[in-house]
Amino acid sequence: MIKNINVALIGNPNTGKTSVFNALTGLNQKVGNYPGITVEKKHGSCRLDRLTKARILDLPGTYSLNASSMDESVVVELLLNKNDPDFPDVAVVVTDVENLKRNLLLFTQIKDLEIPTVLVINMSDQMPRKGIKIDREKLEERLNTRVVLVSTRQNSGVDELKQILVDYPSISTTPILDPNSIDQNYFEGLSKAFPNQSLYKLWLVITQDVNFTKLERQKVPDTAQFKTQSKSYLKKLQQRETIKRYQTINTILKETYHVNRNEAKDLRSKLDNLLIHKFWGYIIFFLILLTIFQAIFDWSSVPMDFIDASFAHLSEWTKTKMPAGILTDLLTEGVIPGLGGIVIFIPQIAFLFLFISVLEETGYMSRVVFLMDRGLRKFGLSGKSVVPLISGTACAIPAVMATRNIENWKERLITILVVPFTTCSARLPVYMILISLVVPNDRWLGINYQGLTLMGLYLIGFLMAILSASLLNRFLKSPNKSYFVVEMPNYKLPLLKNVALTVWEKTRSFVVEAGKIILAISILLWFMASFGPGNNFSNAEEIVTQKYASQPINEMELEKKIASFKLENSYIGILGKSIEPLIRPLGYDWKIGIALISSFAAREVFVATLATIYSVESDAEETIKSRMAGEVRSDGSKLFNWATGISLMLFYAFAMQCMSTLAIVKKETNSWKWPMLQLFSMTIIAYLVAFMAYQILK
Amino acid sequence: MLPLDQLALGQKAIIESIETDFLPLKLIEMGCLPGNEISLLYIAPFRDPLYLKIDEAHLAIRKEVARYIMVKPLMDD
Repeated sequence: MIKNINVALIGNPNTGKTSVFNALTGLNQKVGNYPGITVEKKHGSCRLDRLTKARILDLPGTYSLNASSMDESVVVELLLNKNDPDFPDVAVVVTDVENLKRNLLLFTQIKDLEIPTVLVINMSDQMPRKGIKIDREKLEERLNTRVVLVSTRQNSGVDELKQILVDYPSISTTPILDPNSIDQNYFEGLSKAFPNQSLYKLWLVITQDVNFTKLERQKVPDTAQFKTQSKSYLKKLQQRETIKRYQTINTILKETYHVNRNEAKDLRSKLDNLLIHKFWGYIIFFLILLTIFQAIFDWSSVPMDFIDASFAHLSEWTKTKMPAGILTDLLTEGVIPGLGGIVIFIPQIAFLFLFISVLEETGYMSRVVFLMDRGLRKFGLSGKSVVPLISGTACAIPAVMATRNIENWKERLITILVVPFTTCSARLPVYMILISLVVPNDRWLGINYQGLTLMGLYLIGFLMAILSASLLNRFLKSPNKSYFVVEMPNYKLPLLKNVALTVWEKTRSFVVEAGKIILAISILLWFMASFGPGNNFSNAEEIVTQKYASQPINEMELEKKIASFKLENSYIGILGKSIEPLIRPLGYDWKIGIALISSFAAREVFVATLATIYSVESDAEETIKSRMAGEVRSDGSKLFNWATGISLMLFYAFAMQCMSTLAIVKKETNSWKWPMLQLFSMTIIAYLVAFMAYQILK
Repeated sequence: MLPLDQLALGQKAIIESIETDFLPLKLIEMGCLPGNEISLLYIAPFRDPLYLKIDEAHLAIRKEVARYIMVKPLMDD
């Protein structure tokens, strides 16, 4: 019989908790969400020995059990709920050997919950370099638990940890701190009211309500009477608890942990002198950004072209191999181009996450936060908005999720609201095709006009984000004071395994999540373009043939006339025609109108929609670009001229066209108010700017 | 005794007291407690935020919080 046990990994941020998780589980891991909230839930499995299997849950990084964010409260809620299927049989607190004192704060809190708790001291390979010595046996004795020195870099200690986890029932569950020592009066009252409860658990239930969110409390007794104390009094008690814990930890560490500073070689100050230098710091950051953009837009074009071509081939191949009919059309005109439209983004997304995870793993990202905070605060943003704003150039969805570690609600909200203005990769195919149609491929002083236009569009997006942030900053009220605390971790070489797993996981979830929507829309569009109501659609051939019966017209032209007549009378044609009056002042016809409507689901659908519309219309083997270039207005002039092209690009630069972003904003802000504000204000701005651009340029 | 934001760059000091109830608990958990040693390592351009070493922890906070933390500079040794 194989025994299954639940193990929870807990630890401060920057302790290498994820490395330990990766070392234990390898590729046997799954990432999902906690029900109802978008906090990432990572779990994996690991064979501990012949008879024991562990289900390992990697909980979000937290500094203590006094939760101040959604990620952190997940930890508290799980550890207080014995009936949760994830409730751990044994907890593993991962600490960083250099910050042991601070990391032990969390350890003592977990231990006080009376869960068997193993202490992992990670990055132990750093000990000789930093002059650190630890008396492990004594530390085990004083903390009353098992202690393991682990180095994921040298792959040491992991097997020992597994062995200890198998023996978890032998680990003592005696608490470390007696709550009575915090405030005798208060806690005596508490234990009289709830005689059979753990005092520390009661205390957590009471204070969590003060701090952040309502715990699920069916299983926890009513503690309302103990909240009659003023909030600031409870906060004082929390501070006193922290002080008490540090006193205990200090006493223990004095006997067990020694640092010889003379042996310590410090890389930190040397690198900091350069990386947060008043001048060089910004230059280096700028160069790093430049490299990222270079990778996203230049290096990834090779695999992207390859993917593009492969899907075109696949479509052709399917067409020749399958019998003609509705199913084949659906596959070759709907499903395959739709899938291609998702897969083509993989290189860009992968490159972006590669850079972001390397910058975070090395500890550099905190320095950027430090450098940029003052400048961004002028606009109501925070230094911590840098990561979301950079991520936004790939995709707004991970960017909105990356705002979570901004403590100040107002700064976080503003960041969420303006992130969709940054030019995400979904706009890129739209820009690419429009630029190639309306901007000459010439050079001036060696600068390519098309590249210049693209850069201009990026700048416009970024400026609009900053501008709207400073507007929002004026009008939004801030409910609480700003709590900006950023840990400046030590510099580390990134672990290849961690980076690779992050890139894999983020890319996979992007493809799956965005993929579902894009695929569904491509299929829907194809249906709407291939079917229509009433006589006009079903009798299209007769109507058109009759109409041109007296005119000299060859077979092919007639076919084409029939196809466009069918499209005009299909469901989507009717929809497009009905909004044409609204978009004519922007220089668009009804076909562009269809593309606009469909790209409210996702921007990249624009090109796919036009491709679907034009390919339904004609069977000739033309590229989308040459078809678009051939489109004419009723007066014979080109449809995609300078004015219409610019107007469309500006519309796409500003409009909120992404259902997934709206959904994630709703989840993260917990209200429809903010996504609706985004949808309407951004679309109105887009309409007005596109209108002005077309009217001036035409 | 002076507020933390007026400490000279590179200067070491001892935290004396905290003059607000609104100090984020996170800061206290990172070791910002009376009696602990603190030093100001870097100041970002435009004189904000401040990069500190408190006890063993390295962290950055904004001036608006730093001015509530009263410190006593240590004589150079």
